[in-house]
Amino acid sequence: MADRLTERSNPPSRDPLQEPAWLRALLIGAAVLSMALLVVLPLAMVLASAFGDGFRAWWDALAEHDARAALKLTLITAAIVIPINAVFGVFAAWALTRFEFRGKRVLLAFIDLPFAVSPVVAGLCLVLLFGTNGWFHAFLQEHDIKILFARPGIVLATLFVTFPFVVRELVPLMQQQGADEELAARSLGAGAWTMFRRVTLPNIKWGLLYGVLLCGARAMGEFGAVSVVSGHIRGLTNTLPLHIEILYNEFDGTAAFAVASLLAGLALVTLVLKFWLEARHGDALANSHRRH
Amino acid sequence: MQLKISSLTKQYPGVAALDGIDLDIRSGELVALLGPSGSGKTTLLRVIAGLLHADRGRVLFGDVDATRLSLRERNVGFVFQHYALFRHMTVAENIAFGLRSRPRPRRPDKATIARRVQELLQLVQLPEHGGRYPDQLSGGQKQRIVLARALAIDPSVLLLDEPFGALDAKVRVELRRWLRKLHEQTGQTTLFVTHDQEEALELADRVVVMRQGKVEQVGTPDEIYHAPASPYVFEFIGRANVLEGRVEQGRFHSGALKLDAAGTQDGLARLYVRPHDLVQADAGGGGALSASVCGVQRLGGRINSELQVAGQERLLELETFDAGGAQVLAVGDALHLRPARYRVYPVAG
Repeated sequence: MADRLTERSNPPSRDPLQEPAWLRALLIGAAVLSMALLVVLPLAMVLASAFGDGFRAWWDALAEHDARAALKLTLITAAIVIPINAVFGVFAAWALTRFEFRGKRVLLAFIDLPFAVSPVVAGLCLVLLFGTNGWFHAFLQEHDIKILFARPGIVLATLFVTFPFVVRELVPLMQQQGADEELAARSLGAGAWTMFRRVTLPNIKWGLLYGVLLCGARAMGEFGAVSVVSGHIRGLTNTLPLHIEILYNEFDGTAAFAVASLLAGLALVTLVLKFWLEARHGDALANSHRRH
Repeated sequence: MQLKISSLTKQYPGVAALDGIDLDIRSGELVALLGPSGSGKTTLLRVIAGLLHADRGRVLFGDVDATRLSLRERNVGFVFQHYALFRHMTVAENIAFGLRSRPRPRRPDKATIARRVQELLQLVQLPEHGGRYPDQLSGGQKQRIVLARALAIDPSVLLLDEPFGALDAKVRVELRRWLRKLHEQTGQTTLFVTHDQEEALELADRVVVMRQGKVEQVGTPDEIYHAPASPYVFEFIGRANVLEGRVEQGRFHSGALKLDAAGTQDGLARLYVRPHDLVQADAGGGGALSASVCGVQRLGGRINSELQVAGQERLLELETFDAGGAQVLAVGDALHLRPARYRVYPVAG
């Protein structure tokens, strides 16, 4: 029996996950090709078109009054939305991971709602609430508050759409870390604020930054929800994406692509930061960060 | 600080985690809460610490009703099972945390804190490790740093949740002895939770055996080991053989075996005996069990034999020691046995 086993030499050992060379080449080739066609080529086209009429034309398109106003509005919106979402994201994640209450699962499911629902629907909800026939219309009229077709509407729409980013990053992270360090801090005599400042926050800071980054990228790029509530008033309620659409619809291709290149540049910066965070502080991020 | 726990009750949905616990802990005592998982020992520890609230009952710290005290006011040193060291702080910062978190009027100055940290690092024998981060420490080192961190606040009582649970066997034994010595040095009232009876018996002044949210027995390790109050404690504390039989007029009968069982009520009963408390005997006298050997395992210096006894369903275990030269039992051998030390418990119902 033993003799018979040793007679035949073993076949060359092979990694069980190692597919034949031709199949690997095919799959890798397909992946690279689709990346090139779907991502690299369009990005290159944007840049090529943006600088198609030279650097001067690119610069003029950006320096133009309406473009500057759009950039300003986009940055202001992001500057309002990011801190609000960061603070409420931390609160929500705290409540969801540290307290037991009825309806917790439902709430967890609802946090993903802004991702699941089309941004246009989100915008329409705001119209339904604040529009001419909306629930709060009379109240707003009375106090002369403008929400729709004004900046507050844009901020609200952006808030809604970007709400999940911070929470979704923090909830799994805080679940994974558990409450033991916080309990230890309390049992050592720390008050709630000391505990939060010296234990909780340092433990979640990279995850928080990661969530804020994604939130910011989306806040600057959001089109659908903002488009519904903005009213497209040039130089006043246009964000960068809306401004690009207007330019494009007016057949001002070079200007449209010039502004688009700015937006793409912002996205690239986000991407680089995200990459750096994942490489440098991957262990301090939630396991879920590959999901995004 | 002396602790008094009275009729402490805590209900989780469907189960009573604590079911009317009464317990007195003397000042300076080292007490083990021993029980299987789900017996309520960790819940009890957390309620004492103030990390959980009991539904009913009270915990007295000295004369003060701690039920009304906040976590901060209780001033307990709690050591978590998985250490819960602050991962982004150095060892020294971890130890200093409790002192630095005090309200300003009671906060020592920087130099005092630094001195205290160094003292504690000396005490836990890791004087060079103040600058390291928790993930640069071994399990045993982490455990000692957690202890130092808990001791830094001069706690009224030290509470340890499965302090050696996450360590490998050798480190566990070393650390156990070290903790015993540390306790002798500091005299700190200490409670620790464990599911390991060896740990409880070796380390504690007194052992509290818990079962399903109730205290089953409280006693010194000797009392617990030699006079278990119930079959549950007997079986939990070490290996046990069970003989079915009955008690008549103060004597236990099982086959030819007759043994004194004064104080046990008449009726069906079980005799519990540890494998090393069975001794070989002559066939005559007060009767003995006739057994035949059906298995022999050699475990280093010990020999474990499995015996079939006429009239008993369960196999008996006999533990002997290989003293060299002594004859070792072989499968098929017949022999007579008597329990040298044993306990008889009536069968309920």
